[in-house]
Amino acid sequence: MSAVLPAVVKRGAIRIDDVVKVYGSGETAVPAVDHCSLSIEAGEICMIVGPSGCGKTTLLNAIAGFHSISSGRIALDGETLCDAARPLAEPGSDRIVVFQNGALFPWKTNLENVAFGPIVQGKLARAEALERARELLAGAGLSGVEDSYPGELSSGMRRRVEIVRALMNEPKVLLLDEPFRALDALTKSVMHQALLEIYYRNKVTIVFITHDLDEAVLLGDKVVVMTSRPAQVKRVIPIDIPHPRNVSLVTTKRFRELLEEARLAVHEEARKSFASGEKEG
Amino acid sequence: MAELTATVRRVERARSSSEGRAVGLFRQHLQAWFRVRRPHLALLGYGLALGAWYLAVEVWQLPRFREMPGPTVVIKEWLSPDPTYGLSIHTAEYYQHIVVSIWRVTQAFFFATVLGVPLGLLMGWSETFRQYAFPLFEVLRPIPILAWVPLAIVMFVSGESSVIFLIFLASFFATALNTMLGVESIDESFVRAARCLGASKWQVFRHVIVPGAMPFIFTGLQISVGVAWFSLVAAEMVSGQFGLGYVINTSYTMVRYPTIVIGMITLGAVGYATSALVRVAGSWLMRWRERTLNIGGPS
Repeated sequence: MSAVLPAVVKRGAIRIDDVVKVYGSGETAVPAVDHCSLSIEAGEICMIVGPSGCGKTTLLNAIAGFHSISSGRIALDGETLCDAARPLAEPGSDRIVVFQNGALFPWKTNLENVAFGPIVQGKLARAEALERARELLAGAGLSGVEDSYPGELSSGMRRRVEIVRALMNEPKVLLLDEPFRALDALTKSVMHQALLEIYYRNKVTIVFITHDLDEAVLLGDKVVVMTSRPAQVKRVIPIDIPHPRNVSLVTTKRFRELLEEARLAVHEEARKSFASGEKEG
Repeated sequence: MAELTATVRRVERARSSSEGRAVGLFRQHLQAWFRVRRPHLALLGYGLALGAWYLAVEVWQLPRFREMPGPTVVIKEWLSPDPTYGLSIHTAEYYQHIVVSIWRVTQAFFFATVLGVPLGLLMGWSETFRQYAFPLFEVLRPIPILAWVPLAIVMFVSGESSVIFLIFLASFFATALNTMLGVESIDESFVRAARCLGASKWQVFRHVIVPGAMPFIFTGLQISVGVAWFSLVAAEMVSGQFGLGYVINTSYTMVRYPTIVIGMITLGAVGYATSALVRVAGSWLMRWRERTLNIGGPS
């Protein structure tokens, strides 16, 4: 692994201040996020874990600008994305989401998918954008997929193309919503290595939602454990394993200890959530 | 047929007898063989239908079938240089009827597509617009063509326009409805992804909504061209001296039963050809889909 540690990253710090999200109103109101505060440093990998349906995705969607918040404030590098006065953030290419089931456009070739952002924003001419996309795909070890369609690739390859599509826009933040959930264990481990390498090459903050604690401890600079619904931050576990990392560290003692710590915290919430009959999300 | 069943049974037996790999391969070949198109099966299908018709009418002369024109009479008339009722492949009118009907259906299909696709896209895309338009749409949709005939005659000065209008109606509803369903079928993630990547509302429409709805649109167009032919007979009641629907209508009043059947079969064949054309156009426009579905990586 020829990984170089990322230089000090100055952009992509997220502050979540006292955010509340309630769905519906009156008697049918359902609180999803309850006075949640969290600070994510620039260039950090922040893993968010918690029971199913606890409101993790709601939080991520609020950052992305897909869902409004009820009160509180979310800021990116000191600039307000959304608050009580403007509850819905404007989606933008500084915060790009990689979706659980993948959202490469099946009707565009992989190359057109990767080049899509700069073209629609008018940042690059079409030819330039395609050229740049070709370079990025090659850099990620994906040469040869340019002219095929996403549906012709394996799901692991599709995820990588989708991450490259996000990076093409030089985002401040990557928002990953359980992107590897549907993958088999082997592919998943390959994807972890690939993501780490991508991270070492690109200075980007990563907010990563997962159910998989191994994944959380392996990749994260910190693991944020959420409570069962309505979501609050239950604990923040700093992961002091130094970068560069690779997948073989799962056998180390420190990894085991941290994993156990996370497991205990999550287990307690999962039990509460199970007892209250929360639907899996 | 029996041979085929025997083969399948043999394969099944071999499978259970743990011959494993070789049998698996054979099965694959068998399945591949099944998948390729075999026109002789289609011919067999036509042959069976024709045979049943022949037996029922001409050989067994079943009650109520006896009065129907049998295939011998129809085919003789159809191929005759000097047809008893004046219409066969040797008469110029036969082709004139076909050409006139194709031209009417083409125009109606064109207007149905040009108006139906945008309407469907709008109804699927804009919640507000749908609330205006969809209830009205749903009230008009079930009204059969025949009910529109008198109004069509009043509405249009020329008989030709009213015929095209009548053919247009059913096609238009099929196209618009399928297009709307197509827009609704699009996964929200695609729209969100496009917004993330900086697409404006119009760009989302162009790059996500339209191509995303395309499979449904083409399903709609195939139905649409089918119902256009379906409506032809009713529509051509209105006017004219030509058209396959006109042939069927007048032959009915003039008791030329073999000619009715000639008109019916011709209409069916031409209709089949036009929907095949739409299908080809659709798969050409959606090559991504063909490739994805045929090769499809593991997911």
